[in-house]
Amino acid sequence: MPKKVVSGNYAAAYAAKHARVEVVAAYPITPQTSIIEKIAEFIANGEAEIQYVPVESEHSAMAACIGAAATGARAFTATSAQGLALMHEMLHWASGARLPVVMVDVNRAMAPPWSVWDDQTDSLSQRDTGWMQFYAENNQEVYDGVLMAFKIAETVNLPAMIVESAFILSHTYDIVDMPPQEEIDEFLPPRKPLYTLTDFDNPIAVGALGTPADYYEFRYKIEKAMEEARKVIKEVGKEFGERFGRDYSQMIELYKTDDAEFIFMGMGSLMGTVKEAVDLLRKEGYKVGAAKVRWFRPFPKKELYELAKNVEGIAVLDRNFSFGQEGILFNEAKGVLYNTDAHPIMKNYIVGLGGRDFTVSDIKIIAKNMKEIIEKGKLDREIEWYHLKR
Amino acid sequence: MEIPENVKKRLSIPFEENFFAGHTACQGCGAALGLRYVLKAYGKKTILAIPACCSTIIAGPWPYSAINANLFHTAFETTGAVISGIEAALKAKGYKVKGEDGVMVVGWAGDGGTADIGLQALSGFLERGHDALYIMYDNEAYMNTGIQRSSSTPYGAWTTNTPGGKKHFVEKRHKKKVIDIVIAHKIPYAATASIAFPEDFIRKLKKAQKIPGPSFIQLFAPCPTGWRSPTDKSIELARLAVQTAYFPLFEYENGKYKINMPNPKKEPKPIEEFLKLQGRFKYMTKEDIQILQEWVLKEWEELKKKAEIFG
Ligand SMILES: Cc1ncc(C[n+]2csc(CCOP(=O)(O)OP(=O)(O)O)c2C)c(N)n1
Ligand code: SF4
Repeated sequence: MPKKVVSGNYAAAYAAKHARVEVVAAYPITPQTSIIEKIAEFIANGEAEIQYVPVESEHSAMAACIGAAATGARAFTATSAQGLALMHEMLHWASGARLPVVMVDVNRAMAPPWSVWDDQTDSLSQRDTGWMQFYAENNQEVYDGVLMAFKIAETVNLPAMIVESAFILSHTYDIVDMPPQEEIDEFLPPRKPLYTLTDFDNPIAVGALGTPADYYEFRYKIEKAMEEARKVIKEVGKEFGERFGRDYSQMIELYKTDDAEFIFMGMGSLMGTVKEAVDLLRKEGYKVGAAKVRWFRPFPKKELYELAKNVEGIAVLDRNFSFGQEGILFNEAKGVLYNTDAHPIMKNYIVGLGGRDFTVSDIKIIAKNMKEIIEKGKLDREIEWYHLKR
Repeated sequence: MEIPENVKKRLSIPFEENFFAGHTACQGCGAALGLRYVLKAYGKKTILAIPACCSTIIAGPWPYSAINANLFHTAFETTGAVISGIEAALKAKGYKVKGEDGVMVVGWAGDGGTADIGLQALSGFLERGHDALYIMYDNEAYMNTGIQRSSSTPYGAWTTNTPGGKKHFVEKRHKKKVIDIVIAHKIPYAATASIAFPEDFIRKLKKAQKIPGPSFIQLFAPCPTGWRSPTDKSIELARLAVQTAYFPLFEYENGKYKINMPNPKKEPKPIEEFLKLQGRFKYMTKEDIQILQEWVLKEWEELKKKAEIFG
């Protein structure tokens, strides 16, 4: 299989090209920029036939992708932080109009103060927009994620976001395995749109006023599509594994959780560090595992329950925070387990905001803390701002 | 009534009807009439994008549509961007865009969605050179949200957020000249038009279809509801706006200006004739009217000069 040493951003650009996207509309923002530059380069070199619309803002980038997708094209964009926030209104438009736009978001902290470093609050703030969200641990997952996202999005007619972390992935080079184009084409055939604006004998109107008599049902159908997505994600993830050797059928990737007393749960690139820490902790006698939440939307409720019922504690690592409440993944996970018989002790560690380093030794400290809590059977505190300078 | 083919051929306005009865515009709505002409000119091979504005409501709620062409309702400030995306997708899919046998991509937005919140996307669309047409129907306020000022609202006009009151608070800023901003982009074709001059409007629509690249039309479209004017006076008002030179008809084509007034030699009528039919100007004092009159004539002289120099 052809392998390339690429940055996370280049992995995203290659994936878009290999997915044979037809329209790219995008606006630069650090650290996303090299994705759209690479795509422009592909076009300039005649390596890809893509209509490239260098728009004047992210809001317009998403609007243009929406227009393109409604016209039947496979549309792609990428952004980060403030850019994603500016797009917010249009994210609702994409899901509401049931358009399978795919976007890469490079997780970056929101300003002020200005920060270009890793933080998940930008993408998690888009939680309720009706977009599917996949968090990549490494460059390979960025690449694979984009290819799968198109297939899933076009099956259920909802947009999808692939999330990679600023610099840790976006600008770090790693080996990425890219299957031959013919095999990708087999996996991802041309898009068959739900509707297009190009049947001129049978015109349609999309996005008209929905009165109280109908609006409700439109929302319900989005939720039905999200439900369907759970199934489709697993099927596509399995198919991907069969074709290309990397299985994504699990919405939560489990690492040494079978006999684990407690586990670390989180999303994105920090889970690579966690897995390494798990190996070291196991050598020191800790019975620990890692649960990497791949898909945040739709949220893997059943998988979480299955996992939670067999462990005594879960340390939820959130590189994000919902002010006035708690870490977002923690909040979601607790909510899922409330009406079940699974009640592990759960503690929320807020880590790595704005690119603060989060290392194996940090995880070791957290492990020690978790062990104490489990032994006492009582939380010291529910939320811990782990790195806080006191 | 069936009109014979030879008669149809002689009609200067296409016979074809693609905007149907049952739409939900107010009586005498200039925008509704304008939309009807657009669909007459372009027929069904059109993709319309309409942002938040009266027209998105006029077109009808789901599952109905009074418009017999493909229509994408979009967010308020995105008309320029969404038609850019539609055009790009048509090209990616191998469709012919613009030209007589091509697909016409038309953005149809109000003055608020164009001159204010949508100005950035409009500028992007114009500057990038997409093959599509942007029509700003100008009813001089935000009507859909209940008659608030836009930057296209004229001096002296009452609106609900520039109301007349004890301190005589009405709009004290002159109408923004959106078309000048558009022309500054040096696009191939831009024009003003009026629902009172449908032959001229249709001719301009046809021209916009033929000329590659982005084109822009600012259509004067009276709104009896917002202007506090009788519903049967919309055409007359639109005509008076032209005759008073308040809203002159002209074209800009590849650097050249051309004024298309029905009676070019005639001096403009006094602005009062346009004002007095509308309740929205009732708070204006004599001095206010004078200020507006002077502004109108100054702008008119400027336009004439442009036509002279760049004619
Ligand atoms: C982002 C956003 N802000 C505000 C609105 C509310 N809104 C809907 S239509 C409208 C005014 C439209 O005015 P204009 O473009 O002049 O068209 P008209 O209603 O006069 O036809 C406003 C403010 C909106 N839909 N979206
Ligand atoms: S408020 Fe004015 S623009 Fe809106 S539908 Fe009524 S007449 Fe037309």
